[in-house]
Amino acid sequence: MTFPTFALAQQRTSVPVRIDDEKCIADKGCTVCVDVCPLDVLAIDLTRGKAYMAFDECWYCMPCEKDCPTGAVQVDIPYLLR
Amino acid sequence: MNTIEREVDVLVIGGGTAGPMAAVKAKQADPSLKVLLLEKAHVKRSGAISMGMDGLNNAVVPGFATPEQYVREITAANDGIVNQKTILAYAQHSYPMIEELDRWGVKFEKDQTGDYAMRKVHHLGTYVLPMPEGHDIKKVLYRQLKKHRVEITNRLVATRLIVGADGRIAGTFAFDCRSGDFHVVRAKAVVLACGAAGRLGLPASGYLFGTYENPTNAGDGYSMAYHAGAELSGIECFQINPLIKDYNGPACAYVTGPFGGYTTNSRGERFIECDYWSGQMMQEFHNELSGGNGPVFLKLDHLAEETISAIETILHTNERPSRGRFHAGRGTDYRERMVEMHISEIGLCSGHSASGVWVDETAATTVPGLFSAGDMACVPHNYMLGAFVYGRFAGESAARHAQVHDHAVVDAAQVDTERTRVWAPLLRQAGLPPAQVEYKLRRMVNDYLQPPKVTRKMQLGLERFEAIHDDLNRLHAANPHELMRAMEVHAIRDCAEMAARASLYRTESRWGLYHARVDYPERNDAEWRVHVQLHKNTAGRMACFKRPLEPYVIDMDQHEQAAYQKLRIKSA
Ligand code: SF4
Ligand code: SF4
Repeated sequence: MTFPTFALAQQRTSVPVRIDDEKCIADKGCTVCVDVCPLDVLAIDLTRGKAYMAFDECWYCMPCEKDCPTGAVQVDIPYLLR
Repeated sequence: MNTIEREVDVLVIGGGTAGPMAAVKAKQADPSLKVLLLEKAHVKRSGAISMGMDGLNNAVVPGFATPEQYVREITAANDGIVNQKTILAYAQHSYPMIEELDRWGVKFEKDQTGDYAMRKVHHLGTYVLPMPEGHDIKKVLYRQLKKHRVEITNRLVATRLIVGADGRIAGTFAFDCRSGDFHVVRAKAVVLACGAAGRLGLPASGYLFGTYENPTNAGDGYSMAYHAGAELSGIECFQINPLIKDYNGPACAYVTGPFGGYTTNSRGERFIECDYWSGQMMQEFHNELSGGNGPVFLKLDHLAEETISAIETILHTNERPSRGRFHAGRGTDYRERMVEMHISEIGLCSGHSASGVWVDETAATTVPGLFSAGDMACVPHNYMLGAFVYGRFAGESAARHAQVHDHAVVDAAQVDTERTRVWAPLLRQAGLPPAQVEYKLRRMVNDYLQPPKVTRKMQLGLERFEAIHDDLNRLHAANPHELMRAMEVHAIRDCAEMAARASLYRTESRWGLYHARVDYPERNDAEWRVHVQLHKNTAGRMACFKRPLEPYVIDMDQHEQAAYQKLRIKSA
């Protein structure tokens, strides 16, 4: 069975988690925030060696911020809830 | 993408609250067993208590309550529809579990003499035990998992249970949400502890992940149990909570209650006698909102400074540490402003209400070799301590089962069929993005299933859910992460259909707002003092049937039975 395909548009979103690049030591091998996130929405940008929020699917639960060894993570309440 | 096969004795699916306890208890029961804990996220920070918990809601502590009293309280709170044996088994093992957690290093509040500092929140008895330092609880569990050498795999998303040719449970299928690898885990016994169906209704904010429950708990467990042929029960008894508007965390009137906080209407008047969460309490809340007396607020501004700072410390550091940030963003200071509350979207969760997989007092489901515990197992109002106690039962039962049974025989076609289903969204060239399908599905859940329940609306809802069933064959995932969301949409859709069918089946009203049917407004004990069970019938269709109540093991007096029906303050 074949289905019609759909054109996809890119939609921008402001993500609730910010990483302070100055403090993030992902380039030294740290992946703590990526490991602990229950929604698996954080990732390491390998070209820059920094963590970032890859998906706007956040429960604002904060393990990423609490467990980060350098205090680089800041969790904001997602804009739609604020 | 690869296919990876492995064999264990006991497989526990879900590393939140009940799951780790089950894995540890299975190992303690028989250290020679190979026990695997399979987790969708990461065991260190997963499940409903990822950041901790601020207290026990249902501690049965000698000197404050007896198991018999507790069974009466929950029987009344759940309008009589309980298998008392399961609640009694919980109540009898509640205190030993508290003592064990205490030995493991969980810190409960104690008074000067070293006794547990119990607080009264329920209508009849005293069951609340604060844990002001409850943020450590996942660490404590993790230490026990390591100590008992439980094997752990993280980031594996279970999709379907494997059922053997003889009907026995045989393991699970799963995939890795980072690599997309397909996993076949064979086991002699399986414990399902996947939490609530927390992504069913859509929060009013429209944010898919702004749910009360940890959104990782998308109802996967309910769906897997259903497809394995297990009976589910009480699905029509929805979970609906009084929450902070938009933030979707608990306002916690029952944490602040013992400090003097309470729920009020817009005139600052109390309208309910008891802040313990029940369907009747939610009905009063709904009446107040729809009757023109809303919004409803949590009132703390009359309390002394030291009391308020104590409350802030508990509420802003434990279960939901981002709460303080939310309040700051809106300029809400407990000292000056009441906190606006609202009714949550619907979910399924036996930890809070009563919807779940049917289990007996040994945590056994109706499928041989399959056990269940925690929010997804039907033991009404079981909360966190109930998850630990039933986690223990499930682990011990699974160990016993694995000792006397071999792996069930599995036909190879089952493996191919499931792998094809799971990989399909990744292999499709184009199609529907999972987030869009999920949004529409959950918006339909709100439109058609949010109580008060209307027959015609629920029928229309079913039509929509059937139509979305066809859309599942068009889901497209751009990467393994999106594949996780795509497979969650399957589970959410199953739960939506279950919620509609079970609600349509019970033609009466019960449990206050949880099952308020506009077309059948009265409670009808003559016909409906029964459990409503839901399963996949021999024709492969979703079907409901009545299961008679087991005879009560604890006598109920009339006064107590009616206690939860009189929650409205007389003058209000
Ligand atoms: S935990 Fe902190 S330091 Fe480590 S990768 Fe994440 S942001 Fe960077
Ligand atoms: S707040 Fe929670 S869900 Fe959001 S990125 Fe951090 S750990 Fe993940």
